[in-house]
Amino acid sequence: MSKGKVVLKLANDISTDIIYPGRFMATVLPTETPQFAFADDKAFNQLLNEGGVPAGSFIVAGDNFGCGSSREQAASCIKGYDITVVARNFARIFLQNSINVGLQMIICPDINAAEGDELEVRENKVWNLASGESFDIQPLPAARQAIIDAGGLIPYTRKLMLERAGQAL
Amino acid sequence: MAMTYVQKLLARACDKDSVATGDILELPVHLAMSHENAALVINQFNEIYRGTSREPSVWDPDRIAIIFDHRVPAESSKTATNHKKTRGFVQQQGISKFHDVRGDVGGICHQILPENGYVRPGQILVGTDSHTTTHGALGAFAFGIGATEMAAVWALGSILNVEVPGTIKVVVNGQLPDGVYAKDLILHVIGTLSAEGANFKVIEFHGETISNLPTSGRLVLCNMSVEAGATAGVVPPDEETVRYLRDEAGVEGELELLAADTDAEYDRVVEIDAAQLGPQIACPHTVDNVKPIDGVKGKKINQIVVGSCTNGRLDDIEIVARTLRGKQVAEGTRLLVFPASWRIYTDAMDAGYLGDLIKAGAVVCNPGCGPCLGIHQGALGDDEVALATTNRNFKGRMGNPGAEVFLCSPAVAAASALSGVITDPREVN
Repeated sequence: MSKGKVVLKLANDISTDIIYPGRFMATVLPTETPQFAFADDKAFNQLLNEGGVPAGSFIVAGDNFGCGSSREQAASCIKGYDITVVARNFARIFLQNSINVGLQMIICPDINAAEGDELEVRENKVWNLASGESFDIQPLPAARQAIIDAGGLIPYTRKLMLERAGQAL
Repeated sequence: MAMTYVQKLLARACDKDSVATGDILELPVHLAMSHENAALVINQFNEIYRGTSREPSVWDPDRIAIIFDHRVPAESSKTATNHKKTRGFVQQQGISKFHDVRGDVGGICHQILPENGYVRPGQILVGTDSHTTTHGALGAFAFGIGATEMAAVWALGSILNVEVPGTIKVVVNGQLPDGVYAKDLILHVIGTLSAEGANFKVIEFHGETISNLPTSGRLVLCNMSVEAGATAGVVPPDEETVRYLRDEAGVEGELELLAADTDAEYDRVVEIDAAQLGPQIACPHTVDNVKPIDGVKGKKINQIVVGSCTNGRLDDIEIVARTLRGKQVAEGTRLLVFPASWRIYTDAMDAGYLGDLIKAGAVVCNPGCGPCLGIHQGALGDDEVALATTNRNFKGRMGNPGAEVFLCSPAVAAASALSGVITDPREVN
């Protein structure tokens, strides 16, 4: 899989209000939400908007990433930059939203990395190339992985709907 | 096999003898609720049909509820246009449970659903709002989902891949002291479990305190269960559930009241003596940063907000009105009151509460979610401090990352409105 640098290191309990502040919620389309990602972290938001974060970069967080609101903008705004989120664990709705919209996220209970470290994902582990350590990835249940493999919930549902109606695509 | 309340409900819903924690189920959906984010659901729903020969058509227009509450009346042309698009969809699809920006039927979704009798015990209820957990107060298995997930529900009539959650049993006995309410109880529970302590689990409430608690209080408990990470909160239905549904929500017909097995297995049991509880405050910037009020008394407050899906009900407004009647809100403090629905607003008006509040200096606003999440009225200035009966105090929550939000009960809010500082309601005559 991917190799890239940690562009943002975050603590525990990062809420959806931090990822996508409520005042931008009238903006809903996945094509328009990325401009407001982490809007209250002015420096990081500016870096994102100026194209300073290469695709394949990582955000590393602690426990309970994405807690709070069900707003899907919190997942779509990060996906817009092709960033992968590696966290010790995720809040339920954010995890499901990420799967549904195709945001790359990795549950890695022991992850240890600092901003600027280069990470590589391979062999079901996250490798921190700066420290030489590797950390196990916790796999998703098969039913959830199936949605990711289908490219997200929209194509997954489209196929299921047509199957159930006895139609082909 | 012995089952918890939610396990029993889920087994019934998918016609199985039993289910166990960790099973993955596709569940039929009895009610699917959205608010302003219906605009995104509609977009994703249409995407599902793209490239097929089928016209987008919801599975059952009578099982979808859409309530405008987050930005009412529209604060911007963007919101107004989203409202307009959603109205068009509602009309086109024949969605019957639609609550527009209106003084007769409008309000916050988590009050509109119960008071209109849309919520029943045993239902599978999903909503594109994290506080959908509220409806567990009436015995539904109710949980928040994202907009794309909802689009799939609208297309299929079911929710895919729901993992049967483990359950934390919270048993509350003893009488809540004067000045201490359901809000203090749930803040205490969140402080005990932590913001992630119930992640992917259900919180099931039991005990004599819960039995004696009216539905308005149970709605508070289940509403904020999500702040401990819970998938759902639930009070197994009882006589009070039936009373509320019949007398306050106008529900007729048979009600099925399931119960948890007495020997069901729980992931954890938390026992609480209600008589030992005092007022609780959730301090910035996480909801689990809960302290007894003694630790924060005297803190200067710039703005007090009473309302939201958590504490904007008639009994909440009554507490504040009675405390403020004939008195004045402290100089230098603003008091904003947002009833949870127009029915509550009207009842509060008829009871004279709104007059009491306005004469005391409060600003009574129209029902809505706005100030709770900083999107419509009541934003905070730099370095300002708010005290609110709402449900979240995350950094930036009330529209300003440079401000602070403390969470409390309506009684604490009322006592503090008089003094302008965080005040223990037990110390106010």
